[in-house]
Amino acid sequence: MTLTLNHYLLVSGLLFTIGFAGVMLRRNIITIFMCLELMLNAANLSLVAFSRFNVGPDGLPNFNAQVLVFFIITVAAAEVAVGLAIIVALYRARQTTHVEDISSLKF
Amino acid sequence: MNPLLFWFFAAMMLAFGVSVVLNRNPVASALSLVVSFLCLAALYVGLDAYFIGAIQVIVYAGAVMVLFLFIIMLLDLGAEQRRKFNKVALVGGSAVALGFAAQLVGVLGKFPMGNKPFPELKLPPGESLNDLQHVGETLFSVHTLPFQVIGVLILVATIGVIVISKRELK
Repeated sequence: MTLTLNHYLLVSGLLFTIGFAGVMLRRNIITIFMCLELMLNAANLSLVAFSRFNVGPDGLPNFNAQVLVFFIITVAAAEVAVGLAIIVALYRARQTTHVEDISSLKF
Repeated sequence: MNPLLFWFFAAMMLAFGVSVVLNRNPVASALSLVVSFLCLAALYVGLDAYFIGAIQVIVYAGAVMVLFLFIIMLLDLGAEQRRKFNKVALVGGSAVALGFAAQLVGVLGKFPMGNKPFPELKLPPGESLNDLQHVGETLFSVHTLPFQVIGVLILVATIGVIVISKRELK
């Protein structure tokens, strides 16, 4: 059996689903944050699969997609730094990482 | 990529992804996430994206996850104590996730392009793919402006982190 694009898209979609379920089901803010990372990586996997699938006339993969993955990884690293700083500030103010204890912005 | 290797790494990645969601201890979740990212890097290498695989290991499995573990241990978070489940969130979250997976299978089943195998790369005889050179050329010739914007974004993020951690939140 040869591998096709659909195999990669299916695995990437399942990884996204796992991350999404984690964001919906978990109540620990750090775990929610890790599940967000999982979803970002699922998108990266499908981008790299499309890049390899779309071989141009010069016989090379489409490197624009890999540059986009590079940008996504950079932005994700910046996002993690800011997000964890917010979590630390929140923990100093409230002594909790449980999202149901942090509801002052909730209508 | 050898299909056996693909299935091995894909299954490992998904299994450890599930373990991130199911573990009650955040440290165990973070370590599962590291393994999941390493398997993802192996999938990238199988797709001939060696540079992306390398920065996946260095930036994600290295820097980002060390930051996560550092914060978890700094805050001294133990295993979450069991609380009453919010039934609406539990049912709703599972339903949306399952609906998404079902939609995914349906859409991929009607995507004939995806059933073609990956085309072979045409390389000069005796040479291997130099993807770092090509990614670099694309980055610095086609996408120069986004690259500089990313630089500014990282500067803003650095300053923001310092401001957030210094100010007394009352």
